[in-house]
Amino acid sequence: MSEYFRNIASSTSTILTGMGITLKHFFNAFKRKGEAGIEESGYFGQVDGLVTLQYPREAIPTPDNARYRLHNDIEDCIGCGQCVRACPIECITMETIKVTKADLETCGKTSGGQQKRFWIPVFDIDIAKCMTCGICVSVCPTACLTHTKVSDFTEFDREHMIYHFGNLSRIEADLMRKKAEEEKKAAPAKPAPKAKPAPKPKPAQQPNASSNNE
Amino acid sequence: MMLSNYFPIPMSMSLNSWSDALSQWYLFGLPLGLVVIAAIPLVFIALYALTYGVYGERKISAFMQDRLGPMEVGKWGILQTLADILKLLQKEDIVNTNADKFLFVVGPGILFVGSFMAFAVLPFGPAFIGADLNVGLFYAIGIVALEVVGILAAGWGSNNKWALYGAIRSVAQIVSYEIPAAIAILCGAMMAGTLSMQQFNILQQGEYGFLHFFLFQNPIAWLPFIIYFIASLAETNRAPFDIPEAESELVAGYFTEYSGMKFAVIFLAEYGSMFMVSAIISVVFLGGWNSPLPNIGSFALNDWTTGPVWGAAWIILKGFFFIFLQMWLRWTLPRLRVDQLMYVCWKVLTPFAFVAFVLTAVWEIYM
Repeated sequence: MSEYFRNIASSTSTILTGMGITLKHFFNAFKRKGEAGIEESGYFGQVDGLVTLQYPREAIPTPDNARYRLHNDIEDCIGCGQCVRACPIECITMETIKVTKADLETCGKTSGGQQKRFWIPVFDIDIAKCMTCGICVSVCPTACLTHTKVSDFTEFDREHMIYHFGNLSRIEADLMRKKAEEEKKAAPAKPAPKAKPAPKPKPAQQPNASSNNE
Repeated sequence: MMLSNYFPIPMSMSLNSWSDALSQWYLFGLPLGLVVIAAIPLVFIALYALTYGVYGERKISAFMQDRLGPMEVGKWGILQTLADILKLLQKEDIVNTNADKFLFVVGPGILFVGSFMAFAVLPFGPAFIGADLNVGLFYAIGIVALEVVGILAAGWGSNNKWALYGAIRSVAQIVSYEIPAAIAILCGAMMAGTLSMQQFNILQQGEYGFLHFFLFQNPIAWLPFIIYFIASLAETNRAPFDIPEAESELVAGYFTEYSGMKFAVIFLAEYGSMFMVSAIISVVFLGGWNSPLPNIGSFALNDWTTGPVWGAAWIILKGFFFIFLQMWLRWTLPRLRVDQLMYVCWKVLTPFAFVAFVLTAVWEIYM
């Protein structure tokens, strides 16, 4: 019999305790839970208040070293195609046209001072496929392909997820293609070895360090 | 002179003056006033279920769980329930092939009618009551029990094991809990010596405000008050006694198979009976439409806050307070098991209700 009354007493007191806790949270809804991150000392002190983040209108900033959307600084790209080969899911598509001798000046140099030897009419990254593994970034010899902090790049149309970085218009590309063909015809023997050294040394330089590439 | 024949303008503020005037109102020989009287609680249920019932419950639950609740439709999500209603209206009204079609359709109807008919004896202030029956309280308790039939019809008609489980649990629960609830209410009836809902309010009137409420008139009135409150939770299938709905076990209980407006009607009935039990407990123990504020010297707070409109505000506020209490409990306590539910009813509430009954009787006779 005494257990019967003890049960009633304990259930009453536990119900009241529980209701006290929920009421405390109810009135704490007027304030926001603090912004302190896990590394800050006051993190565990800020237990009360709303925790909801209304995402599109407010967001926690991504850290500076975040690796999200890929960006290619096409002005620095030499068109070596290492990223295309490195990508495990083949989300990068690239098309290059050899620069004629006469146009080398027009094509210019990278910010590192390296002569660019390819026009790049097509440099597409299908970011919907990209899994942000970062292999393409690590192999890029001129460090023009980078991960950015932009983490939200949703689109309504899947086609919009393919980013075009190519810097030639279609007319320009056709013109350059014609020029390259003419030069090839004019000097069929010479340009072939000349073109080779340009892409070759670079693939050779990088694998030397890791040495398991080839 | 001509105008007052067509529009019931209340001349006096005496008891039931508004509803009496309305019931005398005939237009083209039709008793339209009676229709208006019936429509007022209906509109009230719809409005309150829309605003405080659904939106309020979602917000309160959100705040208790450190969330924000609906925020997107309108400022602070105020129009969220309207959007939900529009969605429900567009939904396909599914009746499954193997359902008992008659029971399936009739179930939500009985459920809502049972919940709505109780509003006939609910005094919305001193000047308005649907029907001032001399057995009002008895009628209210009796007619709410009609819901059991609707629940069983809905659960059986669905031809779904979850729905049937939910319906059977619900019936067992409501029928069991009616015993402690009725005995607890009987304690209030003994204190008043009447069953008329308006008489309850009049007996608790006085210049000291809340001190005249039956809860404070009798040293043991808190016991039937708490017993009735707990039993009313079970009767309206609210947490922690929501085993008929038990989302995690029975999908949605007896209304698993319902969609569209039938689902909305069941919801409306549920919120209607939530307000009804809250109103009954406030009429019987907390003075109904009487102001709880006392007259203090020259500050006649009680006199200032008494009147037909004030009365309506008080009873609705008291009802809303108890609904808040129900929501508060819902977001605090976990669900009981079936055997625990029956234990609470038969081994705890019923004996204590009898004790309260005897003590109240002794107090009323000898004090």
